[in-house]
Amino acid sequence: MSWLTLFAQVQIHHRASDCESNNGFCPDWIIKNFGDRYVDPFFRHLELVVISVLVGFVIAFALGIVAHRRRWLVGPVVGITGVLYTIPSVAAFLLLVPITGFGLLTAVIALSSYTLLIIFRNVVAGLAAAPAEARDAALGMGLTDSQVLWRVEVPLALPEIFAGVRIATTTTVGLAALAFFANAGGLGGLIFGDLVFKSNVVVAGGLCIVMAFVLDGLLLFAQRLSTPWVRAARA
Amino acid sequence: MGPGGTRMIVAAFDFGDAIDFILNGRESVTGGVRIGGSELLPQLWRHLELTGAAVGIACAVALPLALWLGHLRKGQFAVASIANVGRAVPSLALIGFAVAYIGLGFPNALLALTLLAIPPIFVNAYVGIAQVEPDIVDAARGQGMTEPGIVRRVELPLAVPLVFGGIRTSVVNVIATATIAPLIGVVTLGDAIVSPQVYGDAGQLGAAICVALLAIAAEVTLALIQMLVTPKGLKLSSTRRRGFPFMSMRRVEVS
Repeated sequence: MSWLTLFAQVQIHHRASDCESNNGFCPDWIIKNFGDRYVDPFFRHLELVVISVLVGFVIAFALGIVAHRRRWLVGPVVGITGVLYTIPSVAAFLLLVPITGFGLLTAVIALSSYTLLIIFRNVVAGLAAAPAEARDAALGMGLTDSQVLWRVEVPLALPEIFAGVRIATTTTVGLAALAFFANAGGLGGLIFGDLVFKSNVVVAGGLCIVMAFVLDGLLLFAQRLSTPWVRAARA
Repeated sequence: MGPGGTRMIVAAFDFGDAIDFILNGRESVTGGVRIGGSELLPQLWRHLELTGAAVGIACAVALPLALWLGHLRKGQFAVASIANVGRAVPSLALIGFAVAYIGLGFPNALLALTLLAIPPIFVNAYVGIAQVEPDIVDAARGQGMTEPGIVRRVELPLAVPLVFGGIRTSVVNVIATATIAPLIGVVTLGDAIVSPQVYGDAGQLGAAICVALLAIAAEVTLALIQMLVTPKGLKLSSTRRRGFPFMSMRRVEVS
Protein backbone atom coordinates (compact mmCIF):
# COMPACT_ATOMS: atom_id res chain seq x y z
CA MET A 1 0.00 0.00 0.00
CA SER A 2 2.34 2.68 -1.22
CA TRP A 3 -0.25 5.44 -0.86
CA LEU A 4 -0.76 4.72 2.82
CA THR A 5 2.89 5.42 3.46
CA LEU A 6 2.39 8.62 1.51
CA PHE A 7 -0.31 9.73 3.97
CA ALA A 8 1.87 8.77 6.88
CA GLN A 9 4.47 11.20 5.58
CA VAL A 10 1.87 13.89 5.03
CA GLN A 11 0.63 13.55 8.62
CA ILE A 12 3.96 14.58 10.09
CA HIS A 13 4.11 18.27 10.83
CA HIS A 14 5.51 20.28 13.67
CA ARG A 15 2.95 21.75 16.01
CA ALA A 16 4.80 24.33 17.99
CA SER A 17 2.16 26.87 18.96
CA ASP A 18 -1.19 26.56 20.74
CA CYS A 19 -2.97 27.39 17.52
CA GLU A 20 -1.40 24.42 15.79
CA SER A 21 -2.03 21.94 18.61
CA ASN A 22 -5.67 23.07 18.59
CA ASN A 23 -5.83 22.36 14.85
CA GLY A 24 -6.70 26.02 14.33
CA PHE A 25 -6.31 28.40 11.43
CA CYS A 26 -2.73 29.62 11.87
CA PRO A 27 -1.40 32.23 9.41
CA ASP A 28 2.15 31.82 10.81
CA TRP A 29 2.15 28.08 10.19
CA ILE A 30 0.76 28.59 6.70
CA ILE A 31 3.45 31.13 5.75
CA LYS A 32 6.19 28.87 7.11
CA ASN A 33 4.97 25.68 5.45
CA PHE A 34 3.39 26.91 2.23
CA GLY A 35 6.47 26.57 0.04
CA ASP A 36 7.52 23.12 1.26
CA ARG A 37 4.14 21.46 1.51
CA TYR A 38 1.77 22.95 -1.03
CA VAL A 39 3.66 24.22 -4.08
CA ASP A 40 4.66 20.85 -5.56
CA PRO A 41 1.23 19.21 -5.05
CA PHE A 42 -0.35 22.32 -6.58
CA PHE A 43 1.64 21.98 -9.79
CA ARG A 44 1.05 18.22 -9.84
CA HIS A 45 -2.67 18.93 -9.54
CA LEU A 46 -2.42 21.45 -12.38
CA GLU A 47 -0.55 18.88 -14.48
CA LEU A 48 -3.32 16.31 -13.92
CA VAL A 49 -6.01 18.81 -14.89
CA VAL A 50 -4.26 20.17 -18.00
CA ILE A 51 -3.30 16.75 -19.40
CA SER A 52 -6.74 15.25 -18.69
CA VAL A 53 -8.69 18.13 -20.23
CA LEU A 54 -6.40 18.15 -23.30
CA VAL A 55 -6.79 14.39 -23.83
CA GLY A 56 -10.53 14.62 -23.22
CA PHE A 57 -10.86 17.57 -25.58
CA VAL A 58 -9.00 15.86 -28.45
CA ILE A 59 -11.16 12.73 -28.17
CA ALA A 60 -14.47 14.56 -27.62
CA PHE A 61 -13.80 17.09 -30.39
CA ALA A 62 -12.92 14.33 -32.87
CA LEU A 63 -16.07 12.41 -31.89
CA GLY A 64 -18.10 15.60 -32.23
CA ILE A 65 -16.78 16.30 -35.74
CA VAL A 66 -17.54 12.71 -36.81
CA ALA A 67 -21.01 12.74 -35.23
CA HIS A 68 -21.83 16.15 -36.75
CA ARG A 69 -22.25 14.61 -40.22
CA ARG A 70 -23.58 11.29 -38.92
CA ARG A 71 -26.31 12.30 -36.46
CA TRP A 72 -27.21 8.71 -35.57
CA LEU A 73 -23.88 8.51 -33.68
CA VAL A 74 -24.90 11.22 -31.19
CA GLY A 75 -27.24 8.95 -29.18
CA PRO A 76 -24.79 6.07 -28.64
CA VAL A 77 -21.84 8.42 -27.89
CA VAL A 78 -23.89 10.37 -25.32
CA GLY A 79 -25.08 7.06 -23.84
CA ILE A 80 -21.61 5.58 -23.45
CA THR A 81 -19.89 8.76 -22.23
CA GLY A 82 -22.90 9.28 -19.95
CA VAL A 83 -22.27 5.94 -18.22
CA LEU A 84 -18.59 6.91 -17.79
CA TYR A 85 -19.73 10.26 -16.36
CA THR A 86 -22.06 8.53 -13.90
CA ILE A 87 -19.40 6.30 -12.31
CA PRO A 88 -18.15 8.09 -9.17
CA SER A 89 -14.56 9.21 -9.69
CA VAL A 90 -13.25 7.49 -6.55
CA ALA A 91 -14.66 4.23 -7.84
CA ALA A 92 -13.27 4.86 -11.33
CA PHE A 93 -9.73 5.38 -9.99
CA LEU A 94 -9.89 2.18 -7.93
CA LEU A 95 -11.48 0.12 -10.73
CA LEU A 96 -8.65 1.10 -13.07
CA VAL A 97 -5.81 0.36 -10.64
CA PRO A 98 -5.77 -3.44 -11.20
CA ILE A 99 -5.63 -2.83 -14.98
CA THR A 100 -3.40 0.22 -15.43
CA GLY A 101 -1.63 0.34 -12.05
CA PHE A 102 -1.09 3.23 -9.68
CA GLY A 103 -0.05 6.59 -11.08
CA LEU A 104 -0.55 9.34 -13.63
CA LEU A 105 -1.90 7.11 -16.44
CA THR A 106 -4.78 5.80 -14.33
CA ALA A 107 -5.68 9.28 -13.10
CA VAL A 108 -5.62 10.74 -16.62
CA ILE A 109 -7.78 7.93 -18.06
CA ALA A 110 -10.44 8.43 -15.37
CA LEU A 111 -10.33 12.23 -15.36
CA SER A 112 -10.38 12.63 -19.14
CA SER A 113 -13.30 10.19 -19.42
CA TYR A 114 -15.33 12.63 -17.26
CA THR A 115 -14.73 15.49 -19.68
CA LEU A 116 -15.95 13.53 -22.74
CA LEU A 117 -19.70 13.91 -22.19
CA ILE A 118 -19.51 17.61 -21.34
CA ILE A 119 -17.27 18.61 -24.27
CA PHE A 120 -18.89 16.27 -26.82
CA ARG A 121 -22.37 17.64 -26.10
CA ASN A 122 -21.23 21.21 -26.52
CA VAL A 123 -19.27 20.50 -29.72
CA VAL A 124 -22.28 18.79 -31.33
CA ALA A 125 -24.73 21.45 -30.15
CA GLY A 126 -22.39 24.26 -31.26
CA LEU A 127 -21.83 22.81 -34.73
CA ALA A 128 -25.55 22.17 -35.22
CA ALA A 129 -26.39 25.73 -34.20
CA ALA A 130 -24.62 27.36 -37.17
CA PRO A 131 -27.33 29.27 -39.09
CA ALA A 132 -28.46 27.60 -42.30
CA GLU A 133 -27.97 30.92 -44.16
CA ALA A 134 -24.26 31.00 -43.22
CA ARG A 135 -23.88 27.44 -44.48
CA ASP A 136 -25.77 28.19 -47.70
CA ALA A 137 -23.76 31.34 -48.34
CA ALA A 138 -20.51 29.39 -47.88
CA LEU A 139 -21.68 26.65 -50.25
CA GLY A 140 -22.78 29.31 -52.74
CA MET A 141 -19.30 30.83 -52.63
CA GLY A 142 -17.98 27.45 -53.73
CA LEU A 143 -16.61 26.10 -50.45
CA THR A 144 -16.36 22.33 -50.16
CA ASP A 145 -18.04 20.42 -47.35
CA SER A 146 -14.90 20.27 -45.23
CA GLN A 147 -14.17 23.96 -45.87
CA VAL A 148 -17.68 24.78 -44.64
CA LEU A 149 -16.96 22.75 -41.52
CA TRP A 150 -13.59 24.30 -40.69
CA ARG A 151 -14.15 27.87 -41.88
CA VAL A 152 -17.81 28.39 -40.99
CA GLU A 153 -19.27 25.86 -38.58
CA VAL A 154 -16.30 25.35 -36.23
CA PRO A 155 -15.60 29.09 -35.78
CA LEU A 156 -19.29 29.77 -35.16
CA ALA A 157 -19.35 26.92 -32.62
CA LEU A 158 -16.32 28.24 -30.69
CA PRO A 159 -18.28 29.99 -27.90
CA GLU A 160 -20.25 26.80 -27.20
CA ILE A 161 -17.10 24.64 -27.41
CA PHE A 162 -15.26 26.96 -25.02
CA ALA A 163 -18.22 26.81 -22.62
CA GLY A 164 -17.91 23.02 -22.59
CA VAL A 165 -14.15 23.11 -22.04
CA ARG A 166 -14.59 25.60 -19.18
CA ILE A 167 -17.16 23.43 -17.41
CA ALA A 168 -14.97 20.36 -17.98
CA THR A 169 -11.92 22.16 -16.58
CA THR A 170 -13.52 23.34 -13.32
CA THR A 171 -15.10 19.91 -12.85
CA THR A 172 -11.75 18.22 -13.41
CA VAL A 173 -10.02 20.46 -10.83
CA GLY A 174 -12.50 19.13 -8.27
CA LEU A 175 -12.28 15.49 -9.33
CA ALA A 176 -8.46 15.58 -9.46
CA ALA A 177 -8.62 16.18 -5.69
CA LEU A 178 -9.51 12.48 -5.47
CA ALA A 179 -6.69 11.30 -7.75
CA PHE A 180 -4.56 10.41 -4.72
CA PHE A 181 -6.68 7.24 -4.52
CA ALA A 182 -4.78 6.21 -7.66
CA ASN A 183 -1.54 7.43 -6.03
CA ALA A 184 -1.34 10.18 -8.64
CA GLY A 185 -0.71 13.03 -6.19
CA GLY A 186 -2.35 16.45 -6.30
CA LEU A 187 -3.84 18.57 -3.55
CA GLY A 188 -6.39 15.96 -2.43
CA GLY A 189 -3.80 13.83 -0.64
CA LEU A 190 -2.96 16.83 1.54
CA ILE A 191 -6.61 17.44 2.44
CA PHE A 192 -7.12 13.75 3.21
CA GLY A 193 -3.82 13.53 5.09
CA ASP A 194 -4.79 15.92 7.88
CA LEU A 195 -8.52 16.48 7.75
CA VAL A 196 -8.94 18.02 11.20
CA PHE A 197 -6.21 20.69 10.86
CA LYS A 198 -8.06 23.85 9.73
CA SER A 199 -4.93 25.55 8.32
CA ASN A 200 -4.18 22.55 6.13
CA VAL A 201 -7.73 22.06 4.85
CA VAL A 202 -8.21 25.75 4.10
CA VAL A 203 -4.95 26.08 2.17
CA ALA A 204 -5.23 22.85 0.17
CA GLY A 205 -8.97 23.27 -0.50
CA GLY A 206 -8.51 26.97 -1.19
CA LEU A 207 -5.78 26.27 -3.75
CA CYS A 208 -8.18 23.95 -5.63
CA ILE A 209 -10.82 26.68 -5.72
CA VAL A 210 -8.30 29.33 -6.82
CA MET A 211 -7.03 27.00 -9.55
CA ALA A 212 -10.58 26.43 -10.81
CA PHE A 213 -11.34 30.16 -11.02
CA VAL A 214 -7.97 31.09 -12.59
CA LEU A 215 -8.20 28.40 -15.28
CA ASP A 216 -11.80 29.42 -15.96
CA GLY A 217 -10.72 33.05 -16.33
CA LEU A 218 -7.86 32.13 -18.68
CA LEU A 219 -10.20 30.09 -20.87
CA LEU A 220 -12.70 32.94 -20.97
CA PHE A 221 -9.87 35.27 -22.03
CA ALA A 222 -8.80 32.82 -24.76
CA GLN A 223 -12.41 32.60 -25.90
CA ARG A 224 -12.69 36.41 -26.20
CA LEU A 225 -9.43 36.53 -28.19
CA SER A 226 -10.47 33.77 -30.59
CA THR A 227 -14.01 35.06 -31.21
CA PRO A 228 -13.61 38.84 -31.71
CA TRP A 229 -16.79 38.99 -33.81
CA VAL A 230 -18.99 38.14 -30.82
CA ARG A 231 -18.04 41.36 -29.05
CA ALA A 232 -18.18 43.36 -32.27
CA ALA A 233 -21.75 42.17 -32.86
CA ARG A 234 -22.76 43.12 -29.32
CA ALA A 235 -21.26 46.61 -29.49
CA MET B 1 3.50 -14.76 -22.02
CA GLY B 2 4.47 -11.07 -21.91
CA PRO B 3 4.06 -8.69 -19.02
CA GLY B 4 0.70 -7.54 -20.47
CA GLY B 5 -0.71 -11.05 -20.24
CA THR B 6 0.54 -11.48 -16.68
CA ARG B 7 -1.08 -8.18 -15.74
CA MET B 8 -4.45 -9.23 -17.19
CA ILE B 9 -4.37 -12.43 -15.14
CA VAL B 10 -3.49 -10.48 -11.98
CA ALA B 11 -6.31 -8.01 -12.73
CA ALA B 12 -8.79 -10.86 -13.27
CA PHE B 13 -7.73 -12.33 -9.92
CA ASP B 14 -8.12 -8.93 -8.19
CA PHE B 15 -11.65 -8.48 -9.56
CA GLY B 16 -12.56 -12.09 -8.66
CA ASP B 17 -11.37 -11.52 -5.10
CA ALA B 18 -13.35 -8.26 -4.91
CA ILE B 19 -16.54 -9.99 -6.10
CA ASP B 20 -15.96 -12.72 -3.51
CA PHE B 21 -15.73 -9.94 -0.89
CA ILE B 22 -19.10 -8.54 -2.06
CA LEU B 23 -20.91 -11.88 -2.27
CA ASN B 24 -19.47 -13.87 0.62
CA GLY B 25 -17.73 -11.51 3.01
CA ARG B 26 -14.72 -12.44 5.10
CA GLU B 27 -12.81 -11.59 8.27
CA SER B 28 -11.18 -8.15 8.41
CA VAL B 29 -7.44 -7.77 7.80
CA THR B 30 -7.04 -6.59 11.38
CA GLY B 31 -8.93 -9.69 12.54
CA GLY B 32 -12.04 -10.36 14.56
CA VAL B 33 -14.63 -8.43 12.51
CA ARG B 34 -16.85 -9.65 9.64
CA ILE B 35 -16.60 -7.44 6.57
CA GLY B 36 -18.21 -7.57 3.12
CA GLY B 37 -21.12 -9.83 2.16
CA SER B 38 -24.26 -9.09 4.18
CA GLU B 39 -22.30 -6.58 6.28
CA LEU B 40 -22.51 -4.30 3.22
CA LEU B 41 -26.29 -3.96 3.55
CA PRO B 42 -26.28 -1.58 6.56
CA GLN B 43 -23.62 0.47 4.76
CA LEU B 44 -25.76 0.56 1.60
CA TRP B 45 -28.75 1.66 3.68
CA ARG B 46 -26.68 4.41 5.36
CA HIS B 47 -25.48 5.53 1.90
CA LEU B 48 -29.06 5.77 0.61
CA GLU B 49 -30.31 7.44 3.79
CA LEU B 50 -27.63 10.14 3.60
CA THR B 51 -28.20 10.67 -0.14
CA GLY B 52 -31.99 10.80 0.18
CA ALA B 53 -31.91 13.21 3.10
CA ALA B 54 -29.39 15.53 1.44
CA VAL B 55 -31.22 15.66 -1.90
CA GLY B 56 -34.60 15.98 -0.14
CA ILE B 57 -33.50 18.97 1.93
CA ALA B 58 -31.75 20.50 -1.09
CA CYS B 59 -34.99 20.24 -3.10
CA ALA B 60 -37.04 21.76 -0.27
CA VAL B 61 -34.62 24.69 -0.05
CA ALA B 62 -33.71 25.25 -3.71
CA LEU B 63 -36.86 24.47 -5.70
CA PRO B 64 -39.27 27.10 -4.26
CA LEU B 65 -36.60 29.80 -4.56
CA ALA B 66 -35.65 28.76 -8.10
CA LEU B 67 -39.28 28.60 -9.27
CA TRP B 68 -39.99 32.03 -7.83
CA LEU B 69 -36.86 33.71 -9.23
CA GLY B 70 -37.27 31.90 -12.54
CA HIS B 71 -40.88 33.06 -12.79
CA LEU B 72 -39.78 36.67 -12.19
CA ARG B 73 -36.87 36.12 -14.66
CA LYS B 74 -34.65 37.83 -12.07
CA GLY B 75 -31.29 37.08 -10.47
CA GLN B 76 -29.34 35.73 -13.46
CA PHE B 77 -26.11 36.90 -11.89
CA ALA B 78 -26.80 35.14 -8.59
CA VAL B 79 -27.68 31.95 -10.45
CA ALA B 80 -24.50 32.06 -12.53
CA SER B 81 -22.45 32.64 -9.37
CA ILE B 82 -24.06 29.69 -7.58
CA ALA B 83 -23.32 27.50 -10.60
CA ASN B 84 -19.67 28.60 -10.76
CA VAL B 85 -18.95 28.33 -7.05
CA GLY B 86 -20.81 25.01 -6.83
CA ARG B 87 -18.59 23.58 -9.55
CA ALA B 88 -15.33 25.06 -8.26
CA VAL B 89 -15.47 23.71 -4.69
CA PRO B 90 -14.16 20.13 -4.79
CA SER B 91 -16.35 17.65 -2.90
CA LEU B 92 -13.32 16.46 -0.91
CA ALA B 93 -12.59 20.06 0.14
CA LEU B 94 -16.24 20.50 1.17
CA ILE B 95 -16.01 17.39 3.39
CA GLY B 96 -12.64 18.66 4.65
CA PHE B 97 -14.04 22.08 5.59
CA ALA B 98 -16.93 20.38 7.40
CA VAL B 99 -14.64 18.05 9.40
CA ALA B 100 -12.20 20.82 10.32
CA TYR B 101 -14.78 23.44 11.27
CA ILE B 102 -17.90 21.64 12.53
CA GLY B 103 -16.59 18.14 13.26
CA LEU B 104 -17.77 14.57 12.66
CA GLY B 105 -21.29 13.15 12.63
CA PHE B 106 -24.35 12.48 10.51
CA PRO B 107 -25.83 16.03 10.75
CA ASN B 108 -22.52 17.56 9.65
CA ALA B 109 -22.17 15.12 6.74
CA LEU B 110 -25.77 15.91 5.82
CA LEU B 111 -25.06 19.64 5.82
CA ALA B 112 -22.01 19.24 3.56
CA LEU B 113 -23.84 17.00 1.11
CA THR B 114 -26.89 19.27 1.07
CA LEU B 115 -24.66 22.20 0.12
CA LEU B 116 -23.24 20.00 -2.65
CA ALA B 117 -26.73 19.04 -3.87
CA ILE B 118 -28.21 22.54 -4.02
CA PRO B 119 -26.43 24.16 -7.04
CA PRO B 120 -27.47 21.68 -9.77
CA ILE B 121 -31.07 21.55 -8.51
CA PHE B 122 -31.31 25.33 -8.17
CA VAL B 123 -29.66 26.24 -11.47
CA ASN B 124 -31.53 23.68 -13.59
CA ALA B 125 -34.91 24.58 -12.08
CA TYR B 126 -34.24 28.29 -12.58
CA VAL B 127 -33.16 27.83 -16.21
CA GLY B 128 -36.08 25.48 -16.85
CA ILE B 129 -38.64 28.04 -15.68
CA ALA B 130 -36.92 31.13 -17.10
CA GLN B 131 -36.58 29.62 -20.59
CA VAL B 132 -40.33 29.05 -21.02
CA GLU B 133 -41.51 31.14 -23.98
CA PRO B 134 -42.73 34.56 -22.78
CA ASP B 135 -45.61 34.30 -25.31
CA ILE B 136 -46.94 31.19 -23.56
CA VAL B 137 -46.80 32.93 -20.17
CA ASP B 138 -48.54 36.01 -21.60
CA ALA B 139 -51.27 33.85 -23.11
CA ALA B 140 -51.86 32.23 -19.71
CA ARG B 141 -51.95 35.64 -18.04
CA GLY B 142 -54.39 36.90 -20.68
CA GLN B 143 -56.71 33.99 -19.90
CA GLY B 144 -56.87 35.25 -16.33
CA MET B 145 -54.57 32.76 -14.60
CA THR B 146 -53.03 33.89 -11.32
CA GLU B 147 -49.21 34.11 -11.04
CA PRO B 148 -48.91 31.00 -8.79
CA GLY B 149 -51.29 29.27 -11.20
CA ILE B 150 -48.99 30.13 -14.13
CA VAL B 151 -45.99 28.65 -12.32
CA ARG B 152 -47.85 25.49 -11.34
CA ARG B 153 -49.85 24.77 -14.46
CA VAL B 154 -47.82 26.30 -17.30
CA GLU B 155 -44.16 26.89 -16.47
CA LEU B 156 -43.50 23.91 -14.20
CA PRO B 157 -44.86 21.25 -16.61
CA LEU B 158 -42.78 22.75 -19.42
CA ALA B 159 -39.70 22.83 -17.16
CA VAL B 160 -40.05 19.23 -15.91
CA PRO B 161 -37.18 17.78 -17.99
CA LEU B 162 -34.69 20.37 -16.70
CA VAL B 163 -35.96 20.39 -13.11
CA PHE B 164 -35.73 16.63 -13.00
CA GLY B 165 -32.36 16.66 -14.76
CA GLY B 166 -30.98 18.85 -12.00
CA ILE B 167 -32.24 16.46 -9.33
CA ARG B 168 -30.65 13.54 -11.22
CA THR B 169 -27.31 15.31 -11.42
CA SER B 170 -27.46 16.01 -7.69
CA VAL B 171 -28.38 12.44 -6.77
CA VAL B 172 -25.45 11.04 -8.75
CA ASN B 173 -23.05 13.64 -7.31
CA VAL B 174 -24.22 13.02 -3.75
CA ILE B 175 -23.96 9.23 -4.13
CA ALA B 176 -20.38 9.76 -5.36
CA THR B 177 -19.47 12.06 -2.49
CA ALA B 178 -21.27 9.98 0.16
CA THR B 179 -18.55 7.46 -0.71
CA ILE B 180 -16.06 9.55 1.26
CA ALA B 181 -18.56 10.23 4.08
CA PRO B 182 -16.75 7.76 6.40
CA LEU B 183 -14.14 10.54 6.66
CA ILE B 184 -16.78 12.59 8.48
CA GLY B 185 -17.98 9.68 10.61
CA VAL B 186 -20.86 8.19 8.58
CA VAL B 187 -20.24 4.55 7.65
CA THR B 188 -21.42 4.33 4.05
CA LEU B 189 -20.35 1.91 1.30
CA GLY B 190 -17.17 3.95 1.01
CA ASP B 191 -15.87 2.72 4.37
CA ALA B 192 -13.77 0.07 2.66
CA ILE B 193 -12.43 2.68 0.24
CA VAL B 194 -11.11 5.05 2.91
CA SER B 195 -9.98 2.27 5.29
CA PRO B 196 -8.11 -0.30 3.17
CA GLN B 197 -5.97 -1.15 6.19
CA VAL B 198 -9.09 -2.82 7.67
CA TYR B 199 -10.81 -4.05 4.52
CA GLY B 200 -7.82 -4.97 2.36
CA ASP B 201 -7.36 -4.34 -1.35
CA ALA B 202 -10.21 -6.70 -2.27
CA GLY B 203 -12.56 -4.83 0.06
CA GLN B 204 -11.54 -1.51 -1.43
CA LEU B 205 -12.06 -2.72 -5.00
CA GLY B 206 -15.31 -4.45 -4.01
CA ALA B 207 -16.66 -1.24 -2.50
CA ALA B 208 -15.67 0.65 -5.65
CA ILE B 209 -17.70 -1.84 -7.72
CA CYS B 210 -20.71 -1.44 -5.39
CA VAL B 211 -20.57 2.36 -5.51
CA ALA B 212 -20.26 2.41 -9.31
CA LEU B 213 -23.24 0.05 -9.67
CA LEU B 214 -25.27 2.09 -7.18
CA ALA B 215 -24.65 5.33 -9.11
CA ILE B 216 -25.56 3.75 -12.45
CA ALA B 217 -28.68 2.14 -10.95
CA ALA B 218 -29.77 5.49 -9.51
CA GLU B 219 -29.22 7.26 -12.84
CA VAL B 220 -31.15 4.65 -14.82
CA THR B 221 -34.02 4.55 -12.28
CA LEU B 222 -34.33 8.33 -12.27
CA ALA B 223 -34.21 8.42 -16.07
CA LEU B 224 -37.16 5.99 -16.16
CA ILE B 225 -39.09 8.04 -13.58
CA GLN B 226 -38.34 11.16 -15.60
CA MET B 227 -39.87 9.57 -18.71
CA LEU B 228 -43.01 8.79 -16.69
CA VAL B 229 -43.44 12.29 -15.26
CA THR B 230 -42.59 14.24 -18.43
CA PRO B 231 -45.74 15.64 -20.07
CA LYS B 232 -46.65 13.81 -23.30
CA GLY B 233 -46.35 16.88 -25.50
CA LEU B 234 -42.76 17.51 -24.44
CA LYS B 235 -41.80 13.88 -24.97
CA LEU B 236 -42.93 13.97 -28.60
CA SER B 237 -40.70 16.89 -29.42
CA SER B 238 -37.61 15.87 -27.48
CA THR B 239 -37.25 12.08 -27.60
CA ARG B 240 -37.80 11.64 -31.30
CA ARG B 241 -34.55 13.39 -32.12
CA ARG B 242 -32.36 10.93 -30.22
CA GLY B 243 -32.55 7.21 -29.86
CA PHE B 244 -31.19 6.79 -26.36
CA PRO B 245 -33.62 7.75 -23.58
CA PHE B 246 -31.08 7.65 -20.72
CA MET B 247 -28.46 10.30 -20.05
CA SER B 248 -30.65 12.79 -21.81
CA MET B 249 -29.09 15.94 -23.19
CA ARG B 250 -31.56 18.19 -21.43
CA ARG B 251 -29.42 19.10 -18.45
CA VAL B 252 -27.44 22.17 -17.61
CA GLU B 253 -24.11 20.82 -16.43
CA VAL B 254 -23.35 22.12 -12.97
CA SER B 255 -21.88 19.19 -11.16
